[in-house]
This record gives sequence, structure tokens and C-alpha cells, in this order.
Amino acid sequence: MRKSNLRFQRKFLAIPYAVFMALFVVAPMALIIGYAVTNGSGVPSLENLTIFFSDRNNVDTLTVSLLIGLGNTALCLLIGYPVAMLLAKKELGFTMATVLLFVMPMWINFVLRTAATRDLIYWMGLKGGEHPYAATMVGMVYNYLPFTILPLYTTMIKMDKSLVEASYDLGARPAQTFVRTVIPMTMPGIVSAAMMVFMPTMSSYVISDVMGERKISLIGNSIQLYFDQGLWHMGSLVALIMLVIILVGSFFTRNVETEDDARGGLW
Amino acid sequence: MKGNKLTGFIQKFYVYIVLFIMYAPILVLVAFSFTDTKVIGTWNGFSLRLYSSLFKNRDIMEATLNTFIVAFSSAFVSTALGTLGAVGIFYSGKRAKALLEGMGQIPILNAEIVTALSLTILFVFFGVRFNFITLLIGHVVLTIPFVVLSVRPKLMQMDPNIYEAAMDLGATPNKALMRVVLPEVIPGVVSGFILSVTLSLDDYIITAFTRDTAYQTLSTYVYGITSKRGTLPPSLRALTTIITLLALVVLLIANLRGKKAESRRPRR
Repeated sequence: MRKSNLRFQRKFLAIPYAVFMALFVVAPMALIIGYAVTNGSGVPSLENLTIFFSDRNNVDTLTVSLLIGLGNTALCLLIGYPVAMLLAKKELGFTMATVLLFVMPMWINFVLRTAATRDLIYWMGLKGGEHPYAATMVGMVYNYLPFTILPLYTTMIKMDKSLVEASYDLGARPAQTFVRTVIPMTMPGIVSAAMMVFMPTMSSYVISDVMGERKISLIGNSIQLYFDQGLWHMGSLVALIMLVIILVGSFFTRNVETEDDARGGLW
Repeated sequence: MKGNKLTGFIQKFYVYIVLFIMYAPILVLVAFSFTDTKVIGTWNGFSLRLYSSLFKNRDIMEATLNTFIVAFSSAFVSTALGTLGAVGIFYSGKRAKALLEGMGQIPILNAEIVTALSLTILFVFFGVRFNFITLLIGHVVLTIPFVVLSVRPKLMQMDPNIYEAAMDLGATPNKALMRVVLPEVIPGVVSGFILSVTLSLDDYIITAFTRDTAYQTLSTYVYGITSKRGTLPPSLRALTTIITLLALVVLLIANLRGKKAESRRPRR
């Protein structure tokens, strides 16, 4: 064994990465938390929290964001789940190229794509200024559907199909097989997909701004507004609220092994 | 086979119809890039005027160039740091591994705007002026976890003895890493790089928060202009067409090469 070699160890290769992450991921998060729980003069206080929640508009924003986030997650799963299932079905003969086609729009920046979607539905008669919620939902589904399909697809190609056959052999009806066998087996993909859609939806103020013509305010708008005004303490508080929502989400899904490599293993 | 031909057809049809709807806005832009009307929906005869005005539009050209500069330079840094990181993490002890992998999860789980705000606060806190470097750091933070996630599976598939074997045969640690470990993980490195470019090209929020406000990328340019006047400027239709074509070409090449690699792969 060469463990005694002190001059060079392979684990040292992670040092630049570790330093970078400590500086630009961990330290900034610590600052956010620090700013969120102190007031303007740097004294620890819950002032920000009371200011934020005493404004009805902020509470409304939070509620609307949660609802749009949930609605978009549900819609994306509803549309994307069958797509992923069919893409993974060998008999249909879809290739990796078809799967990649679902991702390719990402090469066209999402602001540009969203503006294009806005122009298209405007032409078709759905005006964002008149129906901001409908238009926003369209924009959200357009943007997040690929993020739903990919993790689901990754789980489904790994799924043990013989269990589905076994379920049939044991006399289960198709609906029963789906609910009792397929859904539990693809749970990791469902959870990953939901996490990739829910949080970003709540905060993606760009889509609601472009599609809903600034008639809807999402929690991302609040952060962006505080950022523009240089109100770091308030902005940090809103960011911290989002962090807490993420933590709550991960707490509820902690028993499901999520599809970590779904995005990494794609290409 | 169970199901009949009709269900097979309906199933295929569903996938293609979803794909078609997803591409509809892009296809409409492509179609109306060949006429010179102000808004989509009206056709004013075939014309390539939007293309010539696109190349004459300095703002758009500069923003496009900047977008690609940021995407490729940040992908380069991310891939280098992330690959080294993944290899180092792989050979680290249990605790260090958990810690380093945990750090990588933060930007993935966080909403992008939280990452963006946290970086802004860091730079403001330390009095750093926003410039290209801060923007680059933002994009590296956004993409580096995905490089690590792309490289990790390749390390896990690798035969653990080859590094030791290379050293036993007289290779220095450096050489063993470069000549033995690196070739094993190269597919993961490449996919990490492509993924980084993709994520960076698609980004708006990190860019908006960490850039010098005079520095425009495509996303900040489009956001600025659509929030002022609503519809997309016509020459962006021509640009979208060009990017779509480029992406299609890359996809085709990747697909062809993938097939070649598939047929070359020896059976085990």
C-alpha cells in the first residue's frame, strides 16, 4: 500500500473544489442567514419577519406562489409522466435523440423561449394582461416540463419490468398494477421531478412577469425588488423563508431515494 | 407482444404531440423569421431582411457573443474544478465525502434566486465590484454540482485496481491519474461540460444578479426589451432560427457519434 505517501494523496485533488464551494456556496448562505435574523444596524432581531408578515401583500404573494408552484408541479407530472413512460417503453422504439429533443429548447435561453410563448398565445387570443394566471401557467408548464420528464425517464429505464409482469400474472388489473407497482417503483423520479419544478416555479418571477404582464407577483419578485432597493436584510429573510420551505420539502421526502444523477447522467 | 397496433400508434402520437406543442413557439418564430412583419401572425411575403438586420444590430450581436463567452468559460472552469473535485471526493474518507457532497447539494436544491441573492450579498459584503469575474463565479456555482454528478458514476464504474497497477508499473501519481484515471472518466467529463454549457446558456437570474449592469447577455437583453415593449423585436426571430439550427446540428452529430460508439463497443 502507498498510504504512507504524504507528498501526494488523491483526495487532495478536491481541495480547489472544496475551497471554491466554501467561499461561494457555504459562506454566502451563512451571510443570508445572518442578514435575515439581524436588523439594519446588525443587531439580532426578528424585525424583518414581523415587517414581512404584517404586510398583507407579502402574505398574498407567498400564498399565490405556493399555489402556482403546486399547480405547475401537478400539471407537469400529469403531462410528463406518460411521456417519460412511453419514451422508456422499448416496444415503441424511441431513441435517446427523442429524449434529447425534449431538452434541446434549453439551448435557446428561457427568457427568449418564454417571450416566444407569450407572442404565440397572444396571437392565438390568450392575452396575458387579461388572463395573467392562465398565461403564467402555460409559460410555467412550457419551461418545466423537460425537468419533469428527465428524472422520470431515468427512473423508468432502470425499472424492473418483470415486477409489472409479475403483478399481471398474480391477477392484478392494469389500474391496480399502475397504482400499486409502477408508481411506487418510480417514486424516486417523481420526487426528483417535483423538487426540480416546485421550488423554481415559486421563485421564477421572469416567467410570470413576461407571461402575466406583471399582473402577478411571486415570491421571486419580492426578492428581486428588495435586491433592486438594496434591502439586503429583507431580501435575505425572504430567501430564508424559501430555504425553510425546501427543508420542509426534503423532510417529507427523506425516505425516498431521489434520482440524484438524473440531470448529470443525461448527456 | 401484448397491446395492438392502435395503442402503439396512440402512444407514439401522444409523445409527438407533446413534443410538437413544446416546439410550437419556436417553430412559429422560425416561420416568421422569413418575413419582415413587426409581429408574428401577419405574413408580408418572403424576405431575409430580418437576418440582415440581425447581423447589423450591434446590441444583439454583442449580447449573443457575451452569452457564449460566459457559457464556455464558466463550463471550462466548472469542468476542471468539478472533475478534480469528483476524483478527490471519490478517494476521500467517509466524513469528508459526506461534507463535500452535501455542499454540492446546496445549489441544486436551492431556488436559483436564493443562490443569486446569496452571491450578491457576499460580493456586496466584501465590497467586490460586479464584473465579469463575479458573473463567471455565479455561473460556476450554478453548474459545478452537475459536473461532479456527471463524473461520479464513471468513477464508481471504474476498476479500483488500475490506479494502483499503474503505480506498481512505475507511473508517478500524476501520470497514473492523467493516463489511467482520466481516460476512464472522460465520458462523464464531456457530459458535465455539455450540461454546464446548456445550463449557462439557459440562465437569466444568476446573470442578472451577478453581472456588471453594463454587461448584456441574450437573456438580460431580451428581458430588458420585452419588459419595456412586450413583443419580441423581429430580428430575434432570425436569431432563434439560427440557434435552433445549430442545436439540431449538434444533436445530429451527437446522435451519429453515439451510434458509432455503440457499434464499436465490444461485447462483454
